[in-house]
Amino acid sequence: MTTIARPRNLGSRLLGLQAALVYAFFYLPILVLVIFSFSDDRLVGRWGGFTLGWYEAFWNDQELTDSLWVSLQVAASSTVISVVLGTLAAFSLERFRFRGQRVFDALLYLPIIIPDVTMGIMMLIFFSEGIDLLDSVGIEASKGIGTVTLSHIAFNISFVSVVVRARLSGMDTNLEEAAMDLYATRWQTFWRVTFPQILPGIIGGALLAITLSLDDVVVTQFSAGPGATTLPVRVFSLIRKGVTPIINAVSVVMLVASLLLVVVSLIVGGLRSSSTPVANDD
Amino acid sequence: MTAVEEHPVVEATPEFEALAARQERRRGALYALPAYLYLVVFFAIPFLIVVVYSFATRTRTGGVELGGWNLDSYQRLGEEIVRDVLVRSVVLAIVTTLICLVIAYPFAYFITTRSPAVRNVMLALVMIPFWTNFLVRNYAWRLILANEGPLSNTTDAVGLGPTEILFTQSAVVLGMVYAFLPFMVLPLYASIERIDTSLIEASRDLYGNARQTFTSVIFPLSLPGVVAGSILVFVPSAGAYVTPAILGGNKNVLLGSYIVDQFGNARNFPFGASLSVVLMVLMLTATLAYFRSGGRNL
Amino acid sequence: MSTKMLRLLAAILAFGLLSAACGGDDDESAVGADCEAGQTDGDLNLYNWAEYIDPELKTQFEEEFGVTVNEDNYDSNEQMQPIISQGNSGYDLIVPSDYMVSILIEGGDIAPINRSAVPNLSNLADEFASGLPFDPDGTYSVPYQWGTTGLGVDLSVVGEDVPQTWGLIFDADLAAEYGLEGAMTILNDPRETMGAALKYLGYSLNTTDQGQLDEAKAVVADATSRVAAYESDQYDELLVSGQTSVAHGYSGNFLVQFFEADDPEQFTYFVPEEGGTRWVDNMAVVADAPHPCTAHAFINFLLDAENGAALTNWNYYASPNAAAVPYIDQEVLDDPIVYPADQSKLEFIADTGDFEIEFSDAFNEARG
Repeated sequence: MTTIARPRNLGSRLLGLQAALVYAFFYLPILVLVIFSFSDDRLVGRWGGFTLGWYEAFWNDQELTDSLWVSLQVAASSTVISVVLGTLAAFSLERFRFRGQRVFDALLYLPIIIPDVTMGIMMLIFFSEGIDLLDSVGIEASKGIGTVTLSHIAFNISFVSVVVRARLSGMDTNLEEAAMDLYATRWQTFWRVTFPQILPGIIGGALLAITLSLDDVVVTQFSAGPGATTLPVRVFSLIRKGVTPIINAVSVVMLVASLLLVVVSLIVGGLRSSSTPVANDD
Repeated sequence: MTAVEEHPVVEATPEFEALAARQERRRGALYALPAYLYLVVFFAIPFLIVVVYSFATRTRTGGVELGGWNLDSYQRLGEEIVRDVLVRSVVLAIVTTLICLVIAYPFAYFITTRSPAVRNVMLALVMIPFWTNFLVRNYAWRLILANEGPLSNTTDAVGLGPTEILFTQSAVVLGMVYAFLPFMVLPLYASIERIDTSLIEASRDLYGNARQTFTSVIFPLSLPGVVAGSILVFVPSAGAYVTPAILGGNKNVLLGSYIVDQFGNARNFPFGASLSVVLMVLMLTATLAYFRSGGRNL
Repeated sequence: MSTKMLRLLAAILAFGLLSAACGGDDDESAVGADCEAGQTDGDLNLYNWAEYIDPELKTQFEEEFGVTVNEDNYDSNEQMQPIISQGNSGYDLIVPSDYMVSILIEGGDIAPINRSAVPNLSNLADEFASGLPFDPDGTYSVPYQWGTTGLGVDLSVVGEDVPQTWGLIFDADLAAEYGLEGAMTILNDPRETMGAALKYLGYSLNTTDQGQLDEAKAVVADATSRVAAYESDQYDELLVSGQTSVAHGYSGNFLVQFFEADDPEQFTYFVPEEGGTRWVDNMAVVADAPHPCTAHAFINFLLDAENGAALTNWNYYASPNAAAVPYIDQEVLDDPIVYPADQSKLEFIADTGDFEIEFSDAFNEARG
């Protein structure tokens, strides 16, 4: 990792100012969101006095809390699987040459560029036909959390692999070669030399996967079955019937949860990388 | 003596080299296999269904008849409205990408000048807003940009007069830039961070000023990040429809909503399929071409 | 296996799946044909519009019949329909709108109602029991709630004597007179919006005449510049929060918003004098429903006089249930928004078959 030298001059101050403005831009709607989640007024946007009522309403809303639980399950399982598969894929593309690599590369890009409604429709048809097919051989299956998770993995693999590849492609392979020269097995090399170095990439990929899974509406709508409504799908249908601050309350809760997640992963990532020596380029 | 095992020394004969190369290839293929199989079953096959549908016929009630294969839905692509929609979407995507690039570059650069711990925090802070629900963020912007809303009141108080930006193209661009800025920041940051500082120092040692250092050293070296970020912003922007709907008032038909419409209101699946296929082919071509020109892969 | 082999296999698999699709659909007797009144066969998987049924009603059903009601929501007919017609959706009961019922019938996606399992059908008002254009004998659907589409207006802006006409949107001069430029929303729905324009021009909103549709397209295209947004979700909130002064939308939605507004008298809703849409949402049993008997029991339950009234008292839409009238809140019965006085100019949206796609295309072209 390199730190570009920082001159303390006007240029540096201007850059700092710009950064501050960008952050203000990022957080403005969040601020609005948070503020009006405490507003005692049915219409979002009017301040009606402070209240925790919307959070209480969220807590008591069976359908919302159920959908939150579904979302968390789907996000967790789809992230774990897509991180494993995506990291393997990234390795295969960055470190090896094999036949069919170009095809694999192109295939990996498709989920990134496909319009989500198209993916939703194709998964709908696929699962429906798949269930028929399984039915004809006597296996009973139905749409639900499982099919939603399968769809999420399908697009998350690509995003994870993109992030991990970015990390891999800039990495110095000398360390790994050195380790292997010293008779470390592939597994040892991977676990003690490569993994700590790509950990930021893996964490980045995992965070991206969680975000995409928790935010997905269209693909989920078409892949889900009874009882598999995720939080964003529920929020989406609520918005259709009228935005009330309960949706704000939901979002703030999600935000706080994500914050905690980030803090935890930063700590974990920091702990890991501090326990293994990291090379400098100079 | 330490407990180093005895390792036989192998001679590097051509046969050995060939064997090793074959093993490497197999290993690479093995690593790729799980993801490959998964994507074949759960993506490629469903996608094939879409491709097949694009050649099918639309029934009277909007269903799909698998038979009577034709190119009708592809012929529709030549219609004027499709061209208008396409041009509008591409223009919006380009504008969004350029604005994102201009804003993100100095921002990403600034982050690289901070200490590692601060950098991680700053990056995390970039991502966190994007863990609120996408729709809700858009509605929050609708609130902010509303006539006689917070933005309008602020500009009015400052003397710039009330701002009536909601439901205009400007609001859409603002919303799009907001939605995709992190996708530009992260790859840019990754790329700039990897630049060898000694090169920058060398440039300064050779009496290069800031501008020269930037144009001759920093920017070219960060090109992979620029390319990656541009792709990650351009591609989804071209197909975006939620933000234009919420902030733009649905007044201009964009490609994303046009496709949604075909699968929804219009119930014209073959046409939706052909639109999707063409869009994806275009995006894939653009992506691959851009990568070739930008140098290395992501 | 080489990559080529794998992809060939994939292609074969895909065609295998597709042919399984074309392969014989089950030719068993219609699902639910053996159900008896009050019989249940498992939990109910309900697929409904959001906020369309009182949670307490669901609880009541659960307690009475000892089953669980799982409700998922969709936000448009067009989102629900592909999920149902593909099959294996897992849902038992859906609530499609009028024109969607005819599409579902033609696609074989909903099952005929087993009338012996729904004795409360007799509670339906005559005009809803039969004669509905999309399902004349009520074979496949049971009316749930009905309403109208019209204009909600802010009286403090347009005044009490505002002319009740679509011209507020489509007539440039009239809009200017009332200062409505940039302060109106219309529905982002081809049939509703083109229908409004057609009514304004004096035509039927189910026309299959390309010339009439082109006229309507021109009218809508002209209005686009005056309209703030094409909005199907938030139109009532935008109106009540003062962002807009005229909003095109559904009766019940407006009513709910008006009741909650600071000054309910400030707003009103009407169906313009040229006429408008009357719509009815219906309950239908999905063709491959896993629990058809419970679905029938639920339909029967909702058709009960008191339960039907409870529906209306909660979502402020009109009830097709004649027996429920004594139990409906008087203020709802008296409200002309819910029960319009003059229903002669109202039309149901009917499926126009091959012409349907013209509406959607015209709408997209008009929007720009």
